[in-house]
Amino acid sequence: MDSTVEIGLRVNGERATRRIEARMNLVDFLREELGLTGSHVGCEHGVCGACTVRVDGRIVRGCLMLAAQADGADVWTIEGLSDTGEIRDLQEAFVERNALQCGYCTPGMLLTLAELRERNPAASRQEIREFISGNYCRCTGYEAIVDAFEMARQRQGGPS
Amino acid sequence: MKPAPFAYVRPASLEDAIAALDEHGEDSRILAGGQSLMATLNMRLSAPEILVDIGRVPDLAGIEETDAGLRIGAMTRHAEVEASDLVASRAPLIASAMPHIAHPAVRNCGTFGGSIALADPAAELPACAVALGARMTIAGKGGTRTVDADAFFRGLYETALEPGEVLTAVEVPGIGAGWKSGFMELARRHGDYAMIGLAAHVEVQDGRFGQGRLVFFGVGERPVCAVRSAALLDGESWSDALGDRIADALKEELDPSEDLNADAPMRRHLAGVLARRVLAPLAA
Repeated sequence: MDSTVEIGLRVNGERATRRIEARMNLVDFLREELGLTGSHVGCEHGVCGACTVRVDGRIVRGCLMLAAQADGADVWTIEGLSDTGEIRDLQEAFVERNALQCGYCTPGMLLTLAELRERNPAASRQEIREFISGNYCRCTGYEAIVDAFEMARQRQGGPS
Repeated sequence: MKPAPFAYVRPASLEDAIAALDEHGEDSRILAGGQSLMATLNMRLSAPEILVDIGRVPDLAGIEETDAGLRIGAMTRHAEVEASDLVASRAPLIASAMPHIAHPAVRNCGTFGGSIALADPAAELPACAVALGARMTIAGKGGTRTVDADAFFRGLYETALEPGEVLTAVEVPGIGAGWKSGFMELARRHGDYAMIGLAAHVEVQDGRFGQGRLVFFGVGERPVCAVRSAALLDGESWSDALGDRIADALKEELDPSEDLNADAPMRRHLAGVLARRVLAPLAA
């Protein structure tokens, strides 16, 4: 049986077409085929959230989706969201509040927080915590990350 | 790439999916949302020769009202069920369970039917299905059939699904007048698998309980219906003394498994804690 598959998708606004092994997951495809190494590979079984990317407008685990499943999809990674400036305020707040140390979780954390402010812009600290509960950070203890989300929101004129 | 190599097909119709499963038999696996399957593939706990991706089979996703109640398509993503006004009004038990299922990124991909078909003993939806008396619609080479939730969940990751069959929808019956439901689970961290959880669906008239189902998960190989403990509710209004009797009865009735998160005596204790927290507000 043929274990390869042809896929075409849009990544950060650009068209990409490849023949790949069917077993290749989306985050490996982004990193190894397209050289987009901003999405990180952590646990590779859906626990840590380091591989979080946006597919058709919603965040997913890049390690729990086959690249083949993303055939035809619109995929955005930390590289794309940085280029468009969509999350610049969040990124600046992360730097100011020391919301990262080693930075391994940061791309996934930012993608997750970008979805949170779409879905629940007025989220309480508890709700922020719950929303990022699928993204592990072993450096910050999360407080600074929650602070950074609130700081960015406050600067946009939202609740503190 | 961590999984063993496999082939991949993405059938465009249910008939094609069933034909592919029939052709490859035990060597094939259905790929729905993939949120459990992909992890087991990555760890090589599972090594199918071919994945049959039903993600683009038409009509498998969606929520609709029917004469009998609510029909939730198997490929409906958890996030859609969570956000559904229909589910909130027609099946509040399911609505209250949804936020407990893993994390947002997983709920965006994972499917309602996938969780039911996998039958993880610590999962929320199988317990809800049993508590509500849901019926599973199953398609196979010979046509379609329906199976009651009670008969569907047979054991550890074991269901009434035969090789080559696809779970296509879950039918949730309409809620009877006076029936109320409550859901709660205890996990060490939000989104983790529960140490123990309770899906309760009970009749309450003028502050008195009637018939009801207390379905626990994370305590056995499949959702566990605590029939004898639930019978103590009949005709009673809520009191601390009733809570104590139910907690004692649950300790007798449940025979929970043990793991690193909780041993059996702790789970027996927590069953009573959950019963009190879930049932007391229902009678108020």
